[in-house]
Amino acid sequence: MNNSTKTLLNGIFKENPTFALVLGMCPTLATTTSAINGMSMGLATLFVLVCSNVVISLLKNLIPDKVRIPAFIVVIATFVTIVEMLMKAYLPAIYDVLGLFIPLIVVNCIVLGRAEAFAAKNSVGLSALDGIGMGLGFTLSLTVIGIIRELLGTGTCFGLNVYPDNYGMLLFVLAPGAFIVLGLLMGLFQKYVKK
Amino acid sequence: MAQLMTSAAPHVHSGDSVQKNMLLVIVALVPAFAVSLIAFGWSALITTCISIASCVLAEWCISKFMLKQQPSLCDLSAVLTGLLLAFNLPSNLPWWMVVLGAVFAIGIGKMVFGGIGQNVFNPALVGRVFLLISFPAAMTTWPVAKGFATRYVDAETAATPLSYMKHAVLEHKQFELDSFVDSFLSCVPDKIMGGSLGEISALALLIGGIFLICTRVISWHIPVSILGTIAVFTGILSACGIGSGPLTHLLTGGVMLGAIFMATDYVTSPMTAWGKIIFGIGIGIIVVVIRTWGAYPEGMSFAILIMNGCVPLLNRLTPKRFGVAGGK
Amino acid sequence: MKKLESTLKNMMLSLTCITIVAAAALAGVNMLTEATINAQKEQQQQAAISAVLPEHARIADAEQVGEQTIYRAYDANEQFVGAAVQTVTNGFGGKIKLMVGFDADNRIVNYAILEQQETPGLGTHIVEWFKNEAKPGQNILGRQATGQMTVSKDGGDVDAITAATISSRAFLSAVNAAYAALNGGDAMTGASQQQFATPEQVETVSSDAEQQVTNDFVSQD
Repeated sequence: MNNSTKTLLNGIFKENPTFALVLGMCPTLATTTSAINGMSMGLATLFVLVCSNVVISLLKNLIPDKVRIPAFIVVIATFVTIVEMLMKAYLPAIYDVLGLFIPLIVVNCIVLGRAEAFAAKNSVGLSALDGIGMGLGFTLSLTVIGIIRELLGTGTCFGLNVYPDNYGMLLFVLAPGAFIVLGLLMGLFQKYVKK
Repeated sequence: MAQLMTSAAPHVHSGDSVQKNMLLVIVALVPAFAVSLIAFGWSALITTCISIASCVLAEWCISKFMLKQQPSLCDLSAVLTGLLLAFNLPSNLPWWMVVLGAVFAIGIGKMVFGGIGQNVFNPALVGRVFLLISFPAAMTTWPVAKGFATRYVDAETAATPLSYMKHAVLEHKQFELDSFVDSFLSCVPDKIMGGSLGEISALALLIGGIFLICTRVISWHIPVSILGTIAVFTGILSACGIGSGPLTHLLTGGVMLGAIFMATDYVTSPMTAWGKIIFGIGIGIIVVVIRTWGAYPEGMSFAILIMNGCVPLLNRLTPKRFGVAGGK
Repeated sequence: MKKLESTLKNMMLSLTCITIVAAAALAGVNMLTEATINAQKEQQQQAAISAVLPEHARIADAEQVGEQTIYRAYDANEQFVGAAVQTVTNGFGGKIKLMVGFDADNRIVNYAILEQQETPGLGTHIVEWFKNEAKPGQNILGRQATGQMTVSKDGGDVDAITAATISSRAFLSAVNAAYAALNGGDAMTGASQQQFATPEQVETVSSDAEQQVTNDFVSQD
């Protein structure tokens, strides 16, 4: 496997942000009430990750070490605000659900973590791949959690009815369900995927 | 396990004593079960049987196929979990909800922690709270107790004393039971107020509790500190004009069942006498707070689960020193 | 290229440049999206109002009556066809904000819950419970509003949500308050324009919510 494929797959399996690195738990627990919400949150984060990774990798030599954190945060916050405005304008329904959690992408440890640990040290191409890999890993994890919670909680999958909703276990769309599903998935991931 | 902490008695020595204790607890639950049969008829029996069977089956399947261990069914703990879970459910709950509750109780409440002796939370209560949050309408709609004539086809439902209490608090009034004697005895079908299967008669539960204390299966600390705290706290509140009086609180809902049978579970309660007393006081306070100001009319199961989470801390805070009077 | 040294000049220059570019980028995106965002907001509000109203051509500006906001609707001939009232009440878990639509004869056209924090699975059923046309006992759409609607437990004729009587009561009291606000306002625009409502009117008005008919409102008319 060459270097770029490795970088891309790293974020999905070996260093999956949710199940292996356990970063960004706040949006993971709060926004995965349905598959579509989890996926939207994941995609918003993916966009920010790729953009900030590319820009920071481009600027890495122009930013003096002592002020790198404020510089990174400004770059990340800019992209988050852009995502927020675009969502408000073109995807208002999803913005209403995710609302507060979009601005919170700024403080998502994955984004700053990758900027600091990867983009600041690697080439633009690799940084972009790392952003895509990490973002996809995050999106996949959130979508899987969302699918399970939505299916068990309301009997639907991406909004499509699977079984009558009076059989749905409400617990799973509420906060405790998020912890239980995340915990069990993390256990399964550690056992079968990460090895 | 990184560090084994040796703590005070009771130590469970062998499979035999677990089995014996479990059997005694089951025997102690017989009077309450008899009352529920009188009150709710066949459905009480059916709900209980489904609950026990699903708990036992879930434990067997998980041990056998997921943990790949020898299933440990002879210690009766799964049977007891099933029985206690059924006692916490309305007798007209659909069978598939009972099954789901039982599987969740055993699977998430017990086996994910590693099986008997490892669980942090009381499995039966995990199952009950799961059902309460997942199916709130079904879990808070109780049938009118009519003994073996109880029918479930009609939509006739009974309000519980607790829901009257909640409404009274919201309307700044106070609610008291018409007759404490009726509620205490609670074995005349027409006079039974609605409630979960096993919680309707305080007397029957007390008989079981005294039996358990006499046979030294449980110590007096936890039940007495829970009931005492509730009595004192609600006494003060009702004197200030908030909520109902102590007797109404003590005789309604899951207080007796919880204080005597649920909170005293060995695995999920503190080991030292002082730990047990603090544990009981904590439960008492949380119950009254939830009942008076919370979103739910009853808070016994939440209170016990919250304090279950504090047990490791209480065990550390109150180690029993050797050589101190009262210790052995 | 060599990495820049952490001297004061370099640090200031680099941070200033980054923030200027960031600010410029944000200003650009803001200019592109601002109009769309405002249009969306307007549309959402209009959609909520229109959803609860009968057919109409024009909606008048909002009128504030106490805690209620009234949007009157008129048809193409400027004939009054109904009104949407936004009202708020205390539910079981917090404030319930809803929009209720009445037609010209004070029949309830539709309602929409805008905000609520009721117990999931119980009180949250207020969102659709009272518009179930298959169950006339709980359906309030098409009913003549009286300002006195209560659940059957309290002697009324509306079936409460199973195991959520308190949320149901709160909902109906909000609908009653909306009706009262609307008709209190009507009384004001009628013959007794310069006076406050007469005692009888006040009685029908204040079923539950505290009505505040302010001077402001009189002068607005």
